[in-house]
Amino acid sequence: MEILVCVTRVPDTAENEIELNSAGNDIERDDLVYSVNEWDNYAVEEAIQIRDRVGGSVTVITVGDDESDEILRREMAMGADKGILLSDDAFEKADGQGIAAILKAAAAQGSYDLILTGAQSEGGAGEVGGMLAAMLDLPYASLVVSIEESGDNSVKVGREIEGGTIEMNEISLPCVLSIQTGINEPRYVGIRGIRKVANVDIPVQSISELGITDSDVSSSVKRLDYFVPDMGEGAEMLEGDDEEIIDKLIEMLKAKGGIK
Amino acid sequence: MKLFAYITHRDGTADDSAQELAAAAAQIAPGEAVTAIVTGSGEDLQTVCDQITSSFSEVIKVDSSELGYPNGELIRKVLTNLLPENAGILIAHNTFGMDLGPGLSIKLGSVFLADVVGIDKIDGDQLTVVRQEFGGQVSTHVQCSLAAGAVINIRPGSFAADENAEAGGSVTDRSGDTGDLTSGRKFLELVEAEVGDVDITKEDVLIAVGRGIEDEDNLEIVEELAEAMGAAVACSRPVVDAKWLEKSRQVGTSGLTVKPKVYLACGISGSFQHMGGIKGNPFVVAINKNPKAPIFQVADVGIVTDILDFLPELTEKIEEISS
Repeated sequence: MEILVCVTRVPDTAENEIELNSAGNDIERDDLVYSVNEWDNYAVEEAIQIRDRVGGSVTVITVGDDESDEILRREMAMGADKGILLSDDAFEKADGQGIAAILKAAAAQGSYDLILTGAQSEGGAGEVGGMLAAMLDLPYASLVVSIEESGDNSVKVGREIEGGTIEMNEISLPCVLSIQTGINEPRYVGIRGIRKVANVDIPVQSISELGITDSDVSSSVKRLDYFVPDMGEGAEMLEGDDEEIIDKLIEMLKAKGGIK
Repeated sequence: MKLFAYITHRDGTADDSAQELAAAAAQIAPGEAVTAIVTGSGEDLQTVCDQITSSFSEVIKVDSSELGYPNGELIRKVLTNLLPENAGILIAHNTFGMDLGPGLSIKLGSVFLADVVGIDKIDGDQLTVVRQEFGGQVSTHVQCSLAAGAVINIRPGSFAADENAEAGGSVTDRSGDTGDLTSGRKFLELVEAEVGDVDITKEDVLIAVGRGIEDEDNLEIVEELAEAMGAAVACSRPVVDAKWLEKSRQVGTSGLTVKPKVYLACGISGSFQHMGGIKGNPFVVAINKNPKAPIFQVADVGIVTDILDFLPELTEKIEEISS
């Protein structure tokens, strides 16, 4: 099975507190720690496991700049066979549809049975996988938490819907799936693994090499700013030393029936 | 622009989001008629259509045995066939809307707005909405033109339903206009979540633990606190993803909905998916070392500290008092 996994480099929310910058128009980007989008990491692990079961290859692809090279290498250290970096100044302002258009052009240059994306990234829209599928005219399923080969030309996938219920579908290949966290346990990548792929050639493709134009990637949905909404009073914050806080908290919990 | 709303339903009852979509549509196009589209099959479908005529001035019913289960791929085809050019369509941003919305926007040649939590303003055909990024840590204003139509996914619970609406809508049957209903994706079955050893939906006091626990071995301090308080342990998604606790302990839209009296959120940032699983307005205490964690905006009481140090101290004090 030839598998393409679309990944992206994002600020790591487990490592960073996301705050506004002093101008209040963007998040504070100095000192941010970046990593591969968490959902994408599950997608790459799933692709590797499928390849190991049925053969084939795993290609990881990203739209980004020079710094995105490191996440491709990280995913190759996990076990992906190839990396492709899609990079062009014209891509910088692309919205979700623009990213999907760039990925579509790259996917069309290969011959993939299965295309995976993460279910969402830091923006929380969860839109690129579904858009890419529609652009390629391929069947799509989102929020996938299980993939099982069934027959030559289809896979059985479980979608996680509300209440922890799993919706089982049969989907014909080739198809696009967006992967939800928890589908597997992504393997650990050590320094040695990263070193092994440090010198592997990763081809870079620009807008002209992909055969698309500025208008394909221009943004029709524009983010105007970042802000922190005034949510009213919020929580009553308990302050002081730990002992004082604990005494206050225990009193409150008792009053609310929290301590039996 | 002409606005539509796609209504999801189950067992003959329209989803709560139906009225919320009507409310959101009223903010985008005040005073304009909004048409609901409901797909399905049989008597349940008619019941749902009748339920929502108070919120929508027109209800389009599409009845087909192939639409008995809402397969996002099929519904996309139906809507692409039914909607007029440059239409705006509102969809709930639940697991179905997430499946349907992005691809639908491509097929309609329109813009897509995901997970909208507020309408900021409409100026001619320029719509500005509010979204959240980074798990709710920051919000953004997002703007687009509605001239070529739009698919607008609305976060459930973000718009107040108008309970007194009297749109007096009529139901139109468009079952003949589904177009081609072949798809590469076939719905097979639903597999309900397994029931765990503890039913967190029936517990009055829950100690919920999130990513802040850092390591499986640290779960011990949460279990000890739960024992001292006579509470049950619940968790947020990352803890289940890491396989440290069973799915039956997960609170949230993709887990269980709980209705405790007291909810202690430990090392949980408070994403809307998590908070969406907490009902009945419990007393919420949030303990998190990140002072900017969104949970502090919705909790009753907040403590900024590392749970790994704080919880054992709290347990010790409670044990001291009880003995």
